[in-house]
Amino acid sequence: MTRTPAILALEDGTTFRGEGFGAFATVTGEACFNTSMTGYQEVLTDPSYHGQIVAMTATQIGNTGVNAADDQSRRPWVAGFVVRDISGIESSWRSENSLPRYLEGQGVPGIAEIDTRKLTRHLRDRGAMRAALSTEIDDADELIDRARTSRSMVGLDLAGEVTTTEAYGWTAEMVSERALSGFAAGAETAPATAALLQRLERPRRRIAAIDFGLKRNILDLLVSSGFDVTVLPATVTADEIESGDYEGVFLSNGPGDPEPVEYGIATVRGVLGRLPVFGICLGHQILALALGCETYKLPFGHRGGNHPVRCSARDQIEITCQNHGFAVDPGSIEKTTAHLTHVNLNDGTVEGIEVPGVAYSVQYHPESGPGPHDSRYLFESFGDLIESFEPSQIEVSQ
Amino acid sequence: MPRRDDLHKILVIGSGPIVIGQACEFDYSGVQACKVLRAEGYSVALVNSNPATIMTDPEFADATYIEPITAAYVTKVIEREKPDAILPTLGGQTALNVAMELAASGVLEANGVEMIGAGSESIRRAEDRRLFKETMTAAGLDLPRSSFAYSVDEALAAAEALGYPVVIRPSYVMGGGGSGVVTEPEALKTIAAEGLRLSSIGEVLVEESISGWKEFELELMRDRNDNVVVVCSIENVDPMGVHTGDSITVAPAMTLTDVEYQGMRDDGARVMRAIGVETGGSNVQFAVHPESGRRVVIEMNPRVSRSSALASKATGFPIAKIAAKLAVGYSLDEIPNDITHQTPASFEPSIDYVVVKIPRWTFEKFPAADPVLGTKMKSVGEAMAIGRTFAEALQKGFRSLERDWHGIAGDEVTEAELGRLGIPTEGRLRAVYGALFNGMSTAEVARASKIDPWFVEQIARIADMRKELEAAGSLGDCGPDLIRRAKRLGFSDHELSEVFKTSEDVVRATRSGWGLVPTYKTVDTCAAEFVAETPYHYSTYEDEDEVTDSTRDKVLILGSGPNRIGQGIEFDYCCVHAAFALRDAGFETIMLNCNPETVSTDYDTSDRLYFEPLTFEDVMNVVERERPAGVIVQLGGQTPLKLATALARAGVPIFGTSPDAIDRAEDRERFGALLADLRLPHPPNGIARSVEEARAVARSIGFPCLVRPSYVLGGRAMEIVYEEDSLERYMRTAADVSPAHPVLVDRFLEGATEVDCDAIFDGRELYVGAVLEHIEEAGIHSGDSACVVPPFSLGGDQVETIASYTEAIASALGVVGLINIQFAVKGDEVSVIEANPRASRTVPFVSKATGVPLAKVAARVMAGASLADLRAERMVPPGRIGHEGIPHTAVKEAVMPFERFPGVDTVLGPEMRSTGEVMGIDPDFGLAFAKAEAGAGVRLPTKGTVFVSVANRDKRSVIFPAKRLHDLGFDLLATGGTAHVLERAGVPVKIVGKVSDQAPAPPSPARPINVVDLIGEGAIDLVFNTPLGRGARTDGYFIRTASVEAGVPCVTTMAGMFAAVQAIEALICGDVGVRPLQAYLAEVRR
Repeated sequence: MTRTPAILALEDGTTFRGEGFGAFATVTGEACFNTSMTGYQEVLTDPSYHGQIVAMTATQIGNTGVNAADDQSRRPWVAGFVVRDISGIESSWRSENSLPRYLEGQGVPGIAEIDTRKLTRHLRDRGAMRAALSTEIDDADELIDRARTSRSMVGLDLAGEVTTTEAYGWTAEMVSERALSGFAAGAETAPATAALLQRLERPRRRIAAIDFGLKRNILDLLVSSGFDVTVLPATVTADEIESGDYEGVFLSNGPGDPEPVEYGIATVRGVLGRLPVFGICLGHQILALALGCETYKLPFGHRGGNHPVRCSARDQIEITCQNHGFAVDPGSIEKTTAHLTHVNLNDGTVEGIEVPGVAYSVQYHPESGPGPHDSRYLFESFGDLIESFEPSQIEVSQ
Repeated sequence: MPRRDDLHKILVIGSGPIVIGQACEFDYSGVQACKVLRAEGYSVALVNSNPATIMTDPEFADATYIEPITAAYVTKVIEREKPDAILPTLGGQTALNVAMELAASGVLEANGVEMIGAGSESIRRAEDRRLFKETMTAAGLDLPRSSFAYSVDEALAAAEALGYPVVIRPSYVMGGGGSGVVTEPEALKTIAAEGLRLSSIGEVLVEESISGWKEFELELMRDRNDNVVVVCSIENVDPMGVHTGDSITVAPAMTLTDVEYQGMRDDGARVMRAIGVETGGSNVQFAVHPESGRRVVIEMNPRVSRSSALASKATGFPIAKIAAKLAVGYSLDEIPNDITHQTPASFEPSIDYVVVKIPRWTFEKFPAADPVLGTKMKSVGEAMAIGRTFAEALQKGFRSLERDWHGIAGDEVTEAELGRLGIPTEGRLRAVYGALFNGMSTAEVARASKIDPWFVEQIARIADMRKELEAAGSLGDCGPDLIRRAKRLGFSDHELSEVFKTSEDVVRATRSGWGLVPTYKTVDTCAAEFVAETPYHYSTYEDEDEVTDSTRDKVLILGSGPNRIGQGIEFDYCCVHAAFALRDAGFETIMLNCNPETVSTDYDTSDRLYFEPLTFEDVMNVVERERPAGVIVQLGGQTPLKLATALARAGVPIFGTSPDAIDRAEDRERFGALLADLRLPHPPNGIARSVEEARAVARSIGFPCLVRPSYVLGGRAMEIVYEEDSLERYMRTAADVSPAHPVLVDRFLEGATEVDCDAIFDGRELYVGAVLEHIEEAGIHSGDSACVVPPFSLGGDQVETIASYTEAIASALGVVGLINIQFAVKGDEVSVIEANPRASRTVPFVSKATGVPLAKVAARVMAGASLADLRAERMVPPGRIGHEGIPHTAVKEAVMPFERFPGVDTVLGPEMRSTGEVMGIDPDFGLAFAKAEAGAGVRLPTKGTVFVSVANRDKRSVIFPAKRLHDLGFDLLATGGTAHVLERAGVPVKIVGKVSDQAPAPPSPARPINVVDLIGEGAIDLVFNTPLGRGARTDGYFIRTASVEAGVPCVTTMAGMFAAVQAIEALICGDVGVRPLQAYLAEVRR
């Protein structure tokens, strides 16, 4: 095996030399780490990672190859991929391609054989930072410069870069079997497979899903939960939604800073109180901003599949999948009509809010993919909200 | 949910002696439970018969009962203690079984005792195969498909429906007898017919075979609020078909996508909820079809298990500690994570390294045992290794086993031998390496072995690296880059030295010169997402080292590595005590060990923990990183002792007895000279380096002789030979055991009493912990022999002689710390057999029996304190001899693994074969012995039939005990010769046929019933049989093995018979009481 030298350079001048895999390329992005022990393929294809160079803390990556069914979108979104050890073999009955070949085909460079734990500790202590990764340039100083001159996440509208440009529908036929089996085997709240399939045949509610960087698992679970889903571009307006005969609005996850997504915030303000709203991740932050809350950048974000969250209404702990660098300021919630529903037990950050009878959202990823299935009740709840919804006037503090 | 205030006193049940399948992991979990419960303010009562455990140290519970873990004894404890609750989920299967018995018999209810952790209904659902299947099916979980059949035709139809291969399991047959895998109808007819015959209800289960599927385990925890977390996923490298305790396993799972892993996680939680385990830890095992991905549930343990201990060590998540907190009412989010302090326990650990566990077998002890691994566990211990990659962890694991392996590199396997890879044995993974090294492809090897190709590929990387190194020629030609890559794949300096035909020192010096030294990373439960407070480290070759420097005086304690026969929990106990004592004395304590089952590898036992192999390279690396003031090598058994000389040569400061003094005691030639100088009596002996020399020595000293290699552990390859032919056979077959060391020939003192003395010498003064008198005579390995404190037949002057000999030897050797000396006492003559200037196996037993913590005292002495200092601190009592002033008797009995190895002869001899030990304590010797036997699982009868058959030399001495048994109301049966002697002495006895008089066949009118038939039928309650010879297929052999199979107690020495008769008498006449150790120790008058 020939070894390609590769370098990861951080804006503070720290460099890591390792071996390249995937594409022969040079990229910049925000360096971050993800502590999920499974699901590298879902991470790669999650649009929320757009513009990021992602390091996996789990050390053996690529073992099960890649397959089309597990993709969270049509392509990988990470700018670059960082691992300790890249597998030279893929071993899974579902594998269709090796990870290095897949990334090569998709133009994404990777670096292996670096001390990923050192990188993680560095980012944990100093905070997320810009970085450059190259499998072609053997000049660390040049890469440090590139990292320093690359764009910063804060204030950047990344959702606009990943959203669909055309509206489209997501139907039962498009739901991957994987999502169904996962759902059926899920928590106690999950309906039995038979009932599920029956509901698939008779879509119950028409909802609009605004795509800020939507993951496929969300669509699959919305459809599986009995919704007839139409995906709309991030720039859709409240009027357009109102004219679309929808019974609810779903706000998707997505990359980066919520504040610059002003058009999205405006749209949500327009529909609040008129249609029930459910948001996930960036969608949660946009809902919060629309309600008058504030958001801020976390030092190094939450990215992984083991974060404990307490849901006060259920008095239960959910182990959740998370992927966000920004969060809702808890102090800012009090002055709005919203209240806190979910809290992160590790650091006390806001994980969910609700305006009863109007809207709710969570910071984490109840759709998993990757991650635990503890929180899928939230998809069921959307049906309940639509069921009981009464239009109202919502106070929005500016 | 907060702590339960309605409970005040909780009874914790331990797991008893170390046996195969149940080792020191339950001491680890028990200790954690006791610590937690007491910290929470509960009064803790504890029952455990194993004195070598930390949990039975008197300070870990309010009332510590070293009593047998049987329903009868635990009932007495409950009646005396009146606990509010019983916690049975931390003491393995033993605790669970006893708790179930107490629940079923109504004892718990009658005494108002609540079972916490898991209820009896849940335990039943998990343990009863039929109920388990029903529960799983109702919960919608997939299981291996199966159906019951009552005729061969029904079995054929069932197999047809399931598809071959199928497993046939007869119902209600003990020990899995009559089951088998069949691949076609003809074989099925035979096996099913046999199974239907064997089954007491004429029923066989025909089950889909899942042999060869991928095997996984999940460790889960659940609290009273129904929060469930998965602590760890574990994947077995060996596919289904090998007991998980005998499998090489990896954490986290390596070959699952997120979809499959999360599906398994959901199933795990559903299993736990369906079984109904309300709080605590459980283990769920799954099989996954490698081509379809179909996942089936195999089994679940509704308690903390061996895998839980592994998962705790692998992740840093203390399952037992948390399980204890959950059992008393807390919920997961109310418990802080010890390692981060910042985050709660309601999370799932993320790990950024790979953990490999490799079992440790001791087949060399049981040459007659079948070495093929299957569904019955055979390993006696395990090593765990941590690396950043699977390859690195695997290689570290292999060198942790102390099999003189320096990595996975093993024998070469040719294409013609590929079939070997499909048979699971101890050496299978090394054979996988051998095949790959020989050029076979990953795909071929994966096909032949059914091991997942991903694992095979990782081993192929190691084989490829070895080739690359060999091709490079010399170390210098390799250069730092290639050597760094090799180190990152886990290559040891030793293996590199073999490749480059140089010394390990040269490899070490060269790579260190290149800056290639290991970095130490931290096990932190969270993949570095949060700051870790706990210094739990492993080595790897990376860029960043995380060890924080400290300027305190440090002591490095070397542990004892994987458990094996001859070196078990006793040595871990000593290391843990050293850590406690030296921490209290102001040292920063550092533990180095690789055994995940132990208390020593708990991250809060020492100030720092290094989970590393116990090799020169790995120890030196830690020494160079930490620069300790001293290293303790005499508490961890032979493992650290073997390293002492090399460490001292490298300039490492050794605390306590010098390595040269250790060598002087262990090298029989040097030790013989020392005894001669001191004019101490010892059996005549000599050293032989050839058959001729051995013959000459034997002629000069006379037969019988005790022969053994000069360096011994657990009596390995030790034998008593009675004439020249046996001596020659021994020399030819065993002399190559250790080519560097010659064979020792000692005159064997027949009929002598063996005595052990455990003592501490500080350079000026001797403290004798105790003199222990063995029940079995000299010639039975001391580890297999029952022994008694205080000695029951020695006079005060003999004890004095023993003490003065011990002092003379300790002083002459320059011992600082522990010394164990074995003596043979025959008449008035006390002879020195051997001396070991280190912790002995009996240190914990003596500490429990006398209340003086010998290992703590020794650790302090090694670190510079004098016995006078420690007397002033009240750690050492006044007086020179520890067993004086003890009003009670403590008996230690060995526990043998024979039921695991069908066909292995049970006769005791100079080769140690026991896996563990128990203690019986009582004011009365007979009852103390009876309790020890009960603790060891021997059910001494109080009525019924006793079979007696002894060798000619014992025929005179058998009369008295036989008569006593008759007087106590037993019926006696004997074979011809013995019966004749008894009849002449007026003892009524019935004669029964010998086996050797008959052809092997089922009983028939032509073949009268013999003793083996009677044992099999359960018509005999106790067997006394002293052997004529060893190994041959004699009557005695058949009688003894039949007793083991039938679970009938079988005594094989006359001394054992005397003790057993006393015990039976005490059981019949005496009122058997239970008392806590604390009460016994309070009565010691010094």
